[in-house]
Amino acid sequence: MSESCKIQLERRGDVAIFLTDGYINNQGGEEIARQAYAQLDAGARALILNLEKTRIVNSIGISILIEVLEKVMDRKGVLAFCSLTPTIDKTFRIMGLAQYAAIYPSQDEALRAVATAG
Amino acid sequence: MAQRESVRPGLERAGAREVSLTIPVASDMEIVATAQVAAMGEYIDMPHDKIDEIKLALVEACINAFEHAHTRDDRVHLTFRVGRDDDEGPEYLEVEVFDQGTGFDHEIVEVPTPEKTFGGKKKRGWGLQIIRSLMDSVAITSGEWGTRILMRKYK
Repeated sequence: MSESCKIQLERRGDVAIFLTDGYINNQGGEEIARQAYAQLDAGARALILNLEKTRIVNSIGISILIEVLEKVMDRKGVLAFCSLTPTIDKTFRIMGLAQYAAIYPSQDEALRAVATAG
Repeated sequence: MAQRESVRPGLERAGAREVSLTIPVASDMEIVATAQVAAMGEYIDMPHDKIDEIKLALVEACINAFEHAHTRDDRVHLTFRVGRDDDEGPEYLEVEVFDQGTGFDHEIVEVPTPEKTFGGKKKRGWGLQIIRSLMDSVAITSGEWGTRILMRKYK
């Protein structure tokens, strides 16, 4: 049985969109980080993490996402999250991620927002 | 739900409102355990968002046990209960997470904050805070015999 998180990447101009599917734990978080850093190195200005198909992100996964956010902020980039379940949204707020990254109800809204941000 | 009501009185007489599960200290076993939360939550028609919150609280409790408890038997023992405080009260789902580890003093565990997490080196240590935020009640007892976390959420 594998619970590993699958990540689908889509690039639209200088925006990289990651659609995750499954449990985000340390391995899932590290894989997101690896792909996010590769996209930043390849010129992406904004990253969108669409968690529509993820129902659980544990605190280790979130701590890795915080590291990604810090790196994006260091590079004056933008990181946005979208399509969170209420529980993930609540957890992001508990850990303060919502104070530093924007959260949008849908991918379309996230795309519109990052298009004008930065 | 007529079918469930016809089945439940018999189950209650048989004491079948508690389910136990023992999981090994191994990668992703915490996710296996969450399937039992879903089953028990659906059994009492608990809203799915609340089931998700209990699942995450259980995941965090298991991860803490896996990483910090140093269990003597390499196992974490879980008990899932549904019940009510009284006949008129709302139903609850309670999860007990027990490990035979070295124990810890939960009262001196540093409480994390976003300010310390962002920009700081220490990003971990949020497990207990998340559990307390998501559940309606949490009781932790710990000693040389191990640690027991009893957490409850009402429907």
